Amino acid sequence: MSRPSATALIAEDEPLLAMSLQAELAILWPELRVLAQVGHGQAAVAQALALRPDLIFLDIRMPGLGGIEAAQAIGEDWAVDQNLPLLVFVTAYDQYALQAFEHAAIDYVLKPVQPDRLARTCARLQAALVARDAAHSPDSIESALGQLRSLLAATGIAAPLAPPLTVIQASVGATIHLVPIADVLYFEASDKYIRVVTAAREYLIRISLRQLLAQLDPRVYWQIHRGTVVRSDAVAAALRDESGRVQLKLRQRPELLSVSRLYAHLFKPM
Amino acid sequence: MSQPSRYDQLSVLARAARSVGFSALFGVALSVVRQQNLWYSILYSACIGVICWLCIDLGRLALARALAASGSGERDADWPGWPWMIVLILFGSAFGYSTGTMLADRLTGFRSSNLFSAGSLREALTLLLFALVPAIILTYFFYSRGALADRVSMAEAAQRQAAESRLKLLESQLEPHMLFNTLANLRVLIALDPARAQAMLDQLIAFLRATLGASRVAAHSLRAEFDRLADYLALVQVRMADRLRVSFDLPDALADVQIPPLLLQPLVENCVKHGLEAAIAGGRIEISAAREGDELLLRVRDTGVGLAGASANGEPVDAAVGDAAGARFGLAQVRERLATLYGTRASLRLAAAPDADGGTLAVVRLPWENQ
Repeated sequence: MSRPSATALIAEDEPLLAMSLQAELAILWPELRVLAQVGHGQAAVAQALALRPDLIFLDIRMPGLGGIEAAQAIGEDWAVDQNLPLLVFVTAYDQYALQAFEHAAIDYVLKPVQPDRLARTCARLQAALVARDAAHSPDSIESALGQLRSLLAATGIAAPLAPPLTVIQASVGATIHLVPIADVLYFEASDKYIRVVTAAREYLIRISLRQLLAQLDPRVYWQIHRGTVVRSDAVAAALRDESGRVQLKLRQRPELLSVSRLYAHLFKPM
Repeated sequence: MSQPSRYDQLSVLARAARSVGFSALFGVALSVVRQQNLWYSILYSACIGVICWLCIDLGRLALARALAASGSGERDADWPGWPWMIVLILFGSAFGYSTGTMLADRLTGFRSSNLFSAGSLREALTLLLFALVPAIILTYFFYSRGALADRVSMAEAAQRQAAESRLKLLESQLEPHMLFNTLANLRVLIALDPARAQAMLDQLIAFLRATLGASRVAAHSLRAEFDRLADYLALVQVRMADRLRVSFDLPDALADVQIPPLLLQPLVENCVKHGLEAAIAGGRIEISAAREGDELLLRVRDTGVGLAGASANGEPVDAAVGDAAGARFGLAQVRERLATLYGTRASLRLAAAPDADGGTLAVVRLPWENQ
């Protein structure tokens, strides 16, 4: 059943475990070529996009980006016309994540990796690769995106919900500016900060997008990219180009906002 | 879990059977004392007993439910309280005696003297006593059985709660993620490097022994504390390899100072979990002890992503560094222990490390006078 050309990437921060996973895979699936081993989430994203493996084994807890965030970034930045890689998550103990995987029907293995469990996973992956090659790719890409979406939705639910924010407190020099949440057109994460953009100016706040999202009303504020959240009534139009990429035109700002393929389905005629 | 009750939780049928049985026994005793026909005596007693029981038991339930529904104070849904019960027993016995006698008369064809046909009040009261005494005895019997079962279930609940809180503490100390990751590494090492696997297993054993024993001893020496932290960090080191560097500083003069066992463990665990594991390049953990006047200072410092960094990585730390970070479970646990043992004389402060290497610094201050 297996295809001789299957390739994999292993993202695991503990060197011994990465080595062992590779050794077990070599026994269970000798034809599989492991293209690289990486030790943190950012490297996983970079190497995945550069090497384009068929499979990625992703540890949930890694320094920098965790496995789920890395999967989101890979899904968003993967070439539009190519099949997404099959994802297998690896975790020691994480009940919320396991529920999310079950919910999204995504493969996972538990550490310590049991050979018979890994063998079953390999068999499933081999079958999935064969099925994917046979199917028309737009459908299989859309179904892989759907899986990722439901994974993100399920892990988002696990995040604690905080009371809704009414005002953003941002410091500029020694002054704390109070920005009513209704004035904010969009939020954009950049490195350690989030840019808070209003019609007139922008502010920086030091908080994670995940924490911020937990305090925003999801009916009003829509996530459109792993790093962008937009107020829905600030959007004037969604423009779709010939490759399927969606960009948003805002009412009060000149710049266009990119919508990732994971969120493009939000914009469709009623 | 069913609502605790002060009354017997036997089924209605079981209570009825016991009432009839007890009445029959009473009838046997009466027949001996008054030298009457045994079978008639039993029949009369049983008839009276069943009707008394029906009146009193149904009355008890109805009254208790009505009182509980009216919400007057802390009412039991099964037990209206003794004052009501005494009234109920008096009326129930009188009614039960007269109707029970009538019923038995019907069955036997006799005509017995009745409460209402009795010649004098004295005779009526004597007759009533025959019903009243067993009714009181039975009610008290069912009541005390219920009260006993209630006390037993309360004691069981208290025991369960204590066990649950011990388990919770243990689970927090034996963080499952760390445990399974360690076992995963151990599994690999057994094949690759048996000698190292054995050393790792020894450290795991020492760590587990210390963790499981920590709730049993009140104090151990700083030397022992540092040794256990070294075991723990050696386990982490297998996983993190050169991403983790550790240094200990324990002056000889302080080695025998007594502290609560594994007090620093949650702080070191925080350094690993929130500081270094999140940092791509890893970093250092420095643990030190020093005396400052009449205080013992214990410092746990890492050069990881720091308080704000941990928040940017999605950890549940508020953007406002400092106090909000104390909400973390491990810190709360240490603070709680300090407060219980030393009151306000001990403290834990967590802050950004003051030098250029960054990360966080936790300082525990204990009163020196205890030594």
